[in-house]
Amino acid sequence: MSEVIGIGSSPKRKEDARFVRGRGNYVADIKRPNMLVGVFHRSEHAHAILKSVDVSAALAVPGVRAVFTGEDMKADNVGGLPVGWGIKGKDGEPMKEPPHPPMAHGKVRYVGDAIAFVVAETEEQAQAASELVVVDYEVLPAVVGLVDALKPGAPAIYDEVENNLCCDWHLGDAPAVEAAFRSAAHVASIELVNNRLIGNPLEPRAAIGEYDFATGQYTLWTTSQFPHVVRLLMGEMVLHIPQHKLRVVAPDVGGGFGVKQFHYAEEAVVTWAAGRLGGAVKWVCQRSEGFVSDAHGRDHVTEAELALDEAGKFLAMRVKTLANMGAYLSTFGPNIPTNLYAPLLSGVYVIPSIYCEVKCVFTNTVPVDAYRGAGRPEATFVVERLVDLAAREMGIDKIEIRKRNMISRESYPYQTPVLVEYDSGDPRGCLDRAEVLADVAGFEARRAEAASRGKYLGLGISTYVEACGLAPSRLAGQLGARGGLYESATVRVHPSGVVTVLIGTHNHGQGHETTFAQIVSDHLGVPFEDVSIVCGDTDRVQFGMGTYGSRSLVVGGAALAKANDKVILKGRKIAAHQLEAALDDIIFEKGEFSVAGTDRKKSFVEIAGSAYVPFDYPLETLEPGLEEQAFYDPVNFTYPGGAHFAEVEIDPETGVVTIMRYTAVDDVGTVINPMIVHGQLHGGIAQGIGQALFEHGVYDQTSGQLLSGSFMDYCMPRADNLPNFLLEQHSTTCTHTPMGVKGCGECGTIGSPAAIISAVVDALKPLGVSHVDMPATPNHIWNIIRSSSARLAAE
Amino acid sequence: MKISFVLNDRPTTVEVEPSMLLSEVIRETLSMTGTHVGCDTSQCGACVVHVNGKSVKSCTLLAPAVEGADIRTVEGLSGDTGPLHPMQQAFRDNHGLQCGFCTPGMLMAALDLVSHNPDPAESDIREWLEGNICRCTGYQNIVKSVIAGAAAMRQAS
Repeated sequence: MSEVIGIGSSPKRKEDARFVRGRGNYVADIKRPNMLVGVFHRSEHAHAILKSVDVSAALAVPGVRAVFTGEDMKADNVGGLPVGWGIKGKDGEPMKEPPHPPMAHGKVRYVGDAIAFVVAETEEQAQAASELVVVDYEVLPAVVGLVDALKPGAPAIYDEVENNLCCDWHLGDAPAVEAAFRSAAHVASIELVNNRLIGNPLEPRAAIGEYDFATGQYTLWTTSQFPHVVRLLMGEMVLHIPQHKLRVVAPDVGGGFGVKQFHYAEEAVVTWAAGRLGGAVKWVCQRSEGFVSDAHGRDHVTEAELALDEAGKFLAMRVKTLANMGAYLSTFGPNIPTNLYAPLLSGVYVIPSIYCEVKCVFTNTVPVDAYRGAGRPEATFVVERLVDLAAREMGIDKIEIRKRNMISRESYPYQTPVLVEYDSGDPRGCLDRAEVLADVAGFEARRAEAASRGKYLGLGISTYVEACGLAPSRLAGQLGARGGLYESATVRVHPSGVVTVLIGTHNHGQGHETTFAQIVSDHLGVPFEDVSIVCGDTDRVQFGMGTYGSRSLVVGGAALAKANDKVILKGRKIAAHQLEAALDDIIFEKGEFSVAGTDRKKSFVEIAGSAYVPFDYPLETLEPGLEEQAFYDPVNFTYPGGAHFAEVEIDPETGVVTIMRYTAVDDVGTVINPMIVHGQLHGGIAQGIGQALFEHGVYDQTSGQLLSGSFMDYCMPRADNLPNFLLEQHSTTCTHTPMGVKGCGECGTIGSPAAIISAVVDALKPLGVSHVDMPATPNHIWNIIRSSSARLAAE
Repeated sequence: MKISFVLNDRPTTVEVEPSMLLSEVIRETLSMTGTHVGCDTSQCGACVVHVNGKSVKSCTLLAPAVEGADIRTVEGLSGDTGPLHPMQQAFRDNHGLQCGFCTPGMLMAALDLVSHNPDPAESDIREWLEGNICRCTGYQNIVKSVIAGAAAMRQAS
């Protein structure tokens, strides 16, 4: 299949050739010579003083090489895990940023906090020895709930942090909002919870640290979405290893969803332990261990109000959110419920003024950070629940009220009152098309049919917009980012004309080896088969920021397009020399450099060859070789959006919610590979449905124990829980990315929770239910039906 | 202790601890890493292999229990270089995988289904795969892949 496969095609994925044969290369699959195995001894208490940690019995187990504790790391001057964003509160003061040691010393602050690392020749030995680590705890009262943590007299997780308040942040124009509320004809108010989620990529985290005494070189293999950032943060701030002496490799990674985009303690511990012992030390996370050590997501408590005029037009929105940070600040923790949340509260609507306050709160729980969507699903849920509620209270159809308030296509670019300017979009176009595809017109007949079977049918809707393609560095810097957010690509054209791309993003399921190859094939006119994509190795690839926030195509793809442009420009210079024409007269099309208006031409392969054998070549003015690099820093976020409809059937006998139809029309900008875009949307919608119906990270309120700590307790969607999704794209072109792309990885997760809950509430409308918190499990729904029915009977 | 079994058509004898799981023997002792481990409660199905033609979660079997058994892993479907098995091809053709971690288990589970139900309906597939978690695809393209793979297998037989 030696042909150009360009933008808009759906070739089969290159990476699948190895995956379907079981030939992926994940971190847990890697064996190094004389490799040792490490196991963590973790805190069994949510909050306790470590009076002593006795490792002597563990050290005596045969095969055990070392047992390290937090005190050992402290004594070796190991730094705390850094936070990538520093936000400021209303008062201009920086957030409270207590130290986050890779292993605890002095105190543990959540169940799962690492206390000791046991290294042995085999996993069995390390495991057995880990159980012999004796910790003398002085158990302290714990607090896991957001409201409880802020109460006066709540357990203090840090002596230096008053009221467990990390930061009291805000955005928007409070006086304007107050004035608008005073003049409102109607105010819709809601209190809601955005449930704590545990991302659970199917591959558990793993890390191998290796140190070579002879060269002083460290290597870390890790399940990471951003190996360069791990090298930077861990090398510079935690372990003080110079960047050129540290290689970080993230090979095939089995799903990320944000969970693998943080610098984790275990990465530092295995690398440091390898340095102490020489050779390689491997740690593979058990799933139950992952539940108490992978960063969690969401976990908000929110009060929100929407002010409307008599005609149902939105006037203003006021939002107060408490956001759980967990016990320590994770890499992006404080950025998620602030900068990635409040700026999305305008949704796809004209809302003249918005004010949002967010209190970031420490609790005795696993650190909370980004999980697919990260802040934007939470914002969408607030906006869409308020809109549904306002429609119901004012007696306006919920689709109609959305149409009445949507930003029209002609109004773009649209400046919201909350910082961001949407460059492009057509929310009404998405909604109108989704309404047809979802057969909204036929819904009442279907509802009646379901009712005849004793079932409640509900129709739900959600629109959404997201800010992705993270991020314009300068703006991010103003908002508290402590690093740049550009991306990089190198296009290496080999002497034979085949191409290797080195890109700073990371592929862990998104199909980058395919999509990026299509972009090169399209731009350079080389066969798709002749392009290879390399990522995930800091020794092979120039510095890059990795993959998160739907940024790979938007920012990485843009860097790639820029690098392609540079290759073409250099090729034109070579061709101008060889064809004896002016540079301006050389055009490049379909893999050929030609002199405009003539049949004189050189193929891409000929030009590549002569770049490396520069005999007929302008050596006086041009270097040999054909390899170009580009860094791209976006000028704005991108704003994918769309409209989702869900239809659910509820069995009042059991409380089970069954999704009968799911329809989504999304605007993701230019589509490079439709097959992959659909796959991303499917997966995102499935995870959003997981949040709406099944998933819930639950802590015991007094002991601080995680109650949903396994796949048997934390329920994720299975094949028989989901319908087929009906999808279409209604794309507008992004005005500022080179190819017009917007990103698609998070759309599904952002649009779907609100659509599902809207449908569940609609189904329960006959019972007078106006809101249902997530997840809408059978037990939850059954209890609502019971209590609502009893209340109705009493009335 | 020593145990013997046939692995992907090859007679195999290995020294194991009696407490070892089949998944550990395959992955650690034999370094065949196509079979994955995604949980510790036998819920995810990434470790599914065939034991005597039936799909089994290899994390649920102790190594001594497979003495004399015929075992097949994902590596035994088409090797490294052979033409893809129709079910592997169907997963690739229908975008039935993203990160690839659940895929070996999905393939082995799907093949067991098709062995006793050569023309499975969508609902059969969704019910059968209930023991295999995929976090990436939302299952739609997995279902599509199994339908296509089964059809290709029927045509080939």
